[in-house]
Amino acid sequence: MSKHSETPALGAPALEVRGLVKDFHSGGLFSRAAVRALGGVDLSIGRGEIVALVGESGSGKSTLARCIARLERPTAGQILLDGTDVLKRDRFQASRQYRAQVQMVFQDPFGSLNPVHRIEHFLTRSLTLHGKAGTPDQLRTRLDELMTTVGLTPDMLNSYPHELSGGQRQRVAIARALAVEPEVILADEPTSMLDVSVRIGILNLLRGLRDDKGISMLYITHDLASARYLADRIAVMFAGELVEEGESLELLANPAHPYTRLLVSAVPDPARTGSYDPAERAELRAAVMEPTSCAYDGDPQQRCSSAEPVRHQVGDPAHRHWVRCHLYRPPAAASSHALATDPLEEVVSA
Amino acid sequence: MTVSQTSLGSHEPVLEIKDLTVKYRGDTRSTTAVDRVSFSIGAGEIFGLAGESGCGKSTIANAVMRLLRDPAEISGGSIRFGGRDVLALDKEELRRFRWQDVAMVFQSAMNSLNPVMTIGDQIVDIFTTHAGYSRKESLRRAAELLELVRIDPARLKSYPHQLSGGMRQRAVIAMAVALKPSLLILDEPTTALDVVVQQEIMAQIKDLQHQLGFSVLFITHDMSLMVELSHRMAVMYGGRIVETAKSRDIHTAPRHPYTQALMGAFPPLTGPRVPLTGLADGVKFSNIADLREAAPGHFVAPVSQVQTAQNQPALEGARS
Repeated sequence: MSKHSETPALGAPALEVRGLVKDFHSGGLFSRAAVRALGGVDLSIGRGEIVALVGESGSGKSTLARCIARLERPTAGQILLDGTDVLKRDRFQASRQYRAQVQMVFQDPFGSLNPVHRIEHFLTRSLTLHGKAGTPDQLRTRLDELMTTVGLTPDMLNSYPHELSGGQRQRVAIARALAVEPEVILADEPTSMLDVSVRIGILNLLRGLRDDKGISMLYITHDLASARYLADRIAVMFAGELVEEGESLELLANPAHPYTRLLVSAVPDPARTGSYDPAERAELRAAVMEPTSCAYDGDPQQRCSSAEPVRHQVGDPAHRHWVRCHLYRPPAAASSHALATDPLEEVVSA
Repeated sequence: MTVSQTSLGSHEPVLEIKDLTVKYRGDTRSTTAVDRVSFSIGAGEIFGLAGESGCGKSTIANAVMRLLRDPAEISGGSIRFGGRDVLALDKEELRRFRWQDVAMVFQSAMNSLNPVMTIGDQIVDIFTTHAGYSRKESLRRAAELLELVRIDPARLKSYPHQLSGGMRQRAVIAMAVALKPSLLILDEPTTALDVVVQQEIMAQIKDLQHQLGFSVLFITHDMSLMVELSHRMAVMYGGRIVETAKSRDIHTAPRHPYTQALMGAFPPLTGPRVPLTGLADGVKFSNIADLREAAPGHFVAPVSQVQTAQNQPALEGARS
C-alpha cells in the first residue's frame, strides 16, 4: 500500500462540504412536514485522498453523495470544489464544468448502462460531450487507453452490456467516469452488487487510479472491511450526521462512538480474537437506539447527535481521529476539547 | 465464538446427500447446475454451503425441499433424511416433511409475508394447518414463538409493513422453527439486512439452535459470516464441491485455489493492510475432480487444470 505517509489534506482539499443540510418533504401535497436527511455535514477530501463514508441504510450517506453529485439540491450549506462554492456558481443543477470535475460511479452496473448500445458508445459519448474526443484517430487511441486503464481489452468496445459480467460492466462504468478526466470520483457502493471474488479487483482498480492519476475519491459503503482496505480516512455517518472520523486503521482499531463500536462489533471477522460480550453489545445498542439514555444529554427529547456538536480528539492528533459524542471521555485527562490542534504538533508527528 | 465441535459426525446424519446431480433441461442443451455433490449433516450440526451466485448452492437447498420444478430435474443421486428417501416421498408425506421435518428461510423471506394478514394470523395458520391445534392454543404458541425471537407478543396484531425488516426476518425465522423441525435451511438469511441487524439475527439463530437442537444447512456467499457460524462447511464452484472441512480449518488453511481466492476477497478488520488479489479475471476451473482427503477431515478436489482464458465473461456471473 503506497502513499500512506503523505498527508494530502495539508494543502487545500479537492472537495469540501460545509454545513450541508438536506430536508425531504414528507406527507401530502400541502404538508409542511420535512424529514431531515442531512443535518449539517462537514467533510473534506484532500487531493489524491480516498475517504470512505460508512453507515447503514438510511443514515444519509447516499443522500450526501447525491447532493455532492448535484443530483439533489441541498437545503443549505456549501460544496466547495477547489475553493469555489459550486452551489452559488450554478444554482439549480450541475454545469458541464462541474461534471467534468466530479464524476459518479453507481451501485448497479446492470442498470447504469443502456442495454441497446455497445460499450464504445458510452465512452465515446462521454468524450465527445466534454470535448475530449479529438480526431477519429485520437478518439480511437483514447478509447483503447481507457479500456486498458480499467483492465479490459479494447476488443470489448464492440460488446453489448449483456455480454459482459457484472465486474466487467462496473469497469466500463469506471472507464466512462474516467473519460472526462475528473478530479473527484464519487463511488456509491460500487461493489455491493458484484460477486464476492471480483470485488477486490474493483477496489484495487480504484486504488490504482488514485495512485497513478491522483484522483480523489469518496467511497460510500456499508462494508467496514472494504472501507478499511481502500480508504485513507473513514467518516462514519449516523442519522444524517458524521459522528466519527479518522485514519482508517486507527479508527477501526479504536472506535470511540457507540455507533461505530456497534458497527465494528457486528462485522463478522473470524480473525478477531476476542469477540464482543453480548452485554456490552446490548449497552451499545441502547446508547445508539435510545439516545435519551445518554447521561450527558441535557434535553431528553433531543438526540445526542443533534445537540451542540462537541468534537473530541481521540488519541494522537496525527491520526486526525475525532468523535462527536457527549459520552466520550478521553482515557487520560490530557486533551479533551482538543480539535483546535496545535499545527506544529501535527507537522512533527507527520 | 462458542463453536461446539462435539456433534461432528459422531451421530447418525440427519441429512445425507449422495452424488446429487441436478440438470436444467433446455430445448437444445442442458446445463448441469449440481454435479455429483455429496455431504451429510449431523444432528445439531451447522453445515455451511459457500460459493458465488450460480454455483448451485440454492439449487441443492431447493432439491432437499423438493421444490425444483421444470426445467430443473434431479437426474441422479439420493437425498436421505433421517434414513428416509426424500426423493420417494408422496404428496401427503411431502406435505408433512416440509415445515415439520425441514423448514427453510429464503433470501429476503421477510418480503414473503402476506401483507394483508397480521403476523399472528400467519403464525396461527401454521399451527392449525400443520399441527391441528385449536385457534386459542395456536395463539398462545404464536405468542411464545415471538418471545423466542425477542419480539413483543403484542406484535401479533401487527401487519408486516408495521415491522422493520429485521423484525420481519425474525418473525419468519420464528415461523420456520414453529413446528420444531430437525433441519433448518437458511438460504442467505441476512443478505438484505444491515450488519447490526444481521449480527443480531445470526446470534438469535445460534441461540435457537442451542435451545431447540436442530441442524442447520446455512447457505451464503459471505465467507466471514459462514466461518463464524458453522461447524463444518463446503465450498462450491460450478456445481461441484471443491473443498470441505471444519470451518476453522478452511479459514486458517484453505487448500483449493478457488477457496483461497474466495477467502482473499474479504479484507480483514484487524491486522496490517495487505494487498489482496481475489480471483483474477478469466480464471476458470474445469473438470473438477472428486474430493480427496488432504488432512484428517479436510477434503479437497485436486487441481488438475487451471485454465486462464481471457475474454471469458462467464466467470464473474450475475448479481447475487
